[in-house]
Amino acid sequence: MGLLDLFRKNQKSSASVAKERLQILVAHERSARDNTPSYLPRLKEDLLKVIRRYVDIEPEQVQVTLDSDGNQEFLELNIALPDDH
Amino acid sequence: MARTIVITSGKGGVGKTTTSAAIAMGLARRGNRTAVIDFDVGLRNLDLVMGCERRVVYDFVNVITGEATLNQALIRDKRCDDLYVLPASQTRDKEALTQEGVGKVLDEMGKTFDYIVCDSPAGIEHGATMAMYFADDAIVVTNPEVSSVRDSDRMLGILASKSRRAENAEEPIREYLLLTRYLPERVERGEMLGVDDVQEILSLDLLGVIPESPDVLDASNKGEPIILNERSDAGQAYTDVISRYLGEDVPHRFLEAPKKGLFGRLFGG
Ligand SMILES: Nc1ncnc2c1ncn2[C@@H]1O[C@H](COP(=O)(O)OP(=O)(O)O)[C@@H](O)[C@H]1O
Ligand SMILES: [Mg+2]
Repeated sequence: MGLLDLFRKNQKSSASVAKERLQILVAHERSARDNTPSYLPRLKEDLLKVIRRYVDIEPEQVQVTLDSDGNQEFLELNIALPDDH
Repeated sequence: MARTIVITSGKGGVGKTTTSAAIAMGLARRGNRTAVIDFDVGLRNLDLVMGCERRVVYDFVNVITGEATLNQALIRDKRCDDLYVLPASQTRDKEALTQEGVGKVLDEMGKTFDYIVCDSPAGIEHGATMAMYFADDAIVVTNPEVSSVRDSDRMLGILASKSRRAENAEEPIREYLLLTRYLPERVERGEMLGVDDVQEILSLDLLGVIPESPDVLDASNKGEPIILNERSDAGQAYTDVISRYLGEDVPHRFLEAPKKGLFGRLFGG
């Protein structure tokens, strides 16, 4: 061990900081993935069909997301209408 | 029936193309009829790493649109008779890779090849999802660095939901971790995530660890897949990867920094 290492010893290494941050982030992102109901894509398609009976929109203009604030879950539907409507 | 392997990562510049070339060459040198496909439409690069850029006449998109037959587009490797390259198109239209078209070409290739290696572009857009859609196995190329690890995890989510196997509720894609550009010295100094850390975060089977090596640049300069350099640690690490992929039990090498002599110990940090 070199002299410099003695000074470094007291600090947490940047690799262990990286590991902690990643563990938290990955756990969070995985639970968001796993809690997305599998019917969401089909729901979006059905909604798109209905909306298209009235307005001509692209699939990207409809967003269906599931959110939660801990107590309640929200199904959020976001439809961007084209300018001329 | 060929086995289709996607080399994927999410993040760019982590070593997907280097790995695709090495793995395709490695499988072919073991007597498997192998094809490697460049899915990076608009940014063709695999041909350079494979050293066949001057022999490209037709490309993947030409085959999909019927402008060329598969046999016209496939380039046979000069060093290994069992290896073929299907180059990417330089067209700017990324949507040219339709799911139906890609599926048809892969089906046709499946009749004559043992392995089809798909070099994925970076990102999570169309090209990357096309490269993984038909995969049986996925090699997730990851660097020991926060954004690469996070992107790899996102790719795992996409593999589990947007692939043919997932959509048909078949047996899931087999996923492997390949850690590349690894610097054991920095890991030992606590400056870089170690292989155990990354494996713990991603919980994936470890296919191998490729050390950071100047030989990789040298190999791409010459258009020779790094696995052909038997004196290089990176080349040897890729050779071990092939053995492991084929089911042999090979210990991991190059995980530790070479021990320093007295001189290094006195003056090294
Ligand atoms: N093990 C390695 N050691 C050193 N350099 C590497 C290694 N693997 C890849 N590289 C270099 O990193 C760069 C990106 O590699 P590449 O395979 O093109 O990545 P990707 O296809 O993921 O974008 C290239 O310059 C390549 O030479
Ligand atoms: Mg690439």
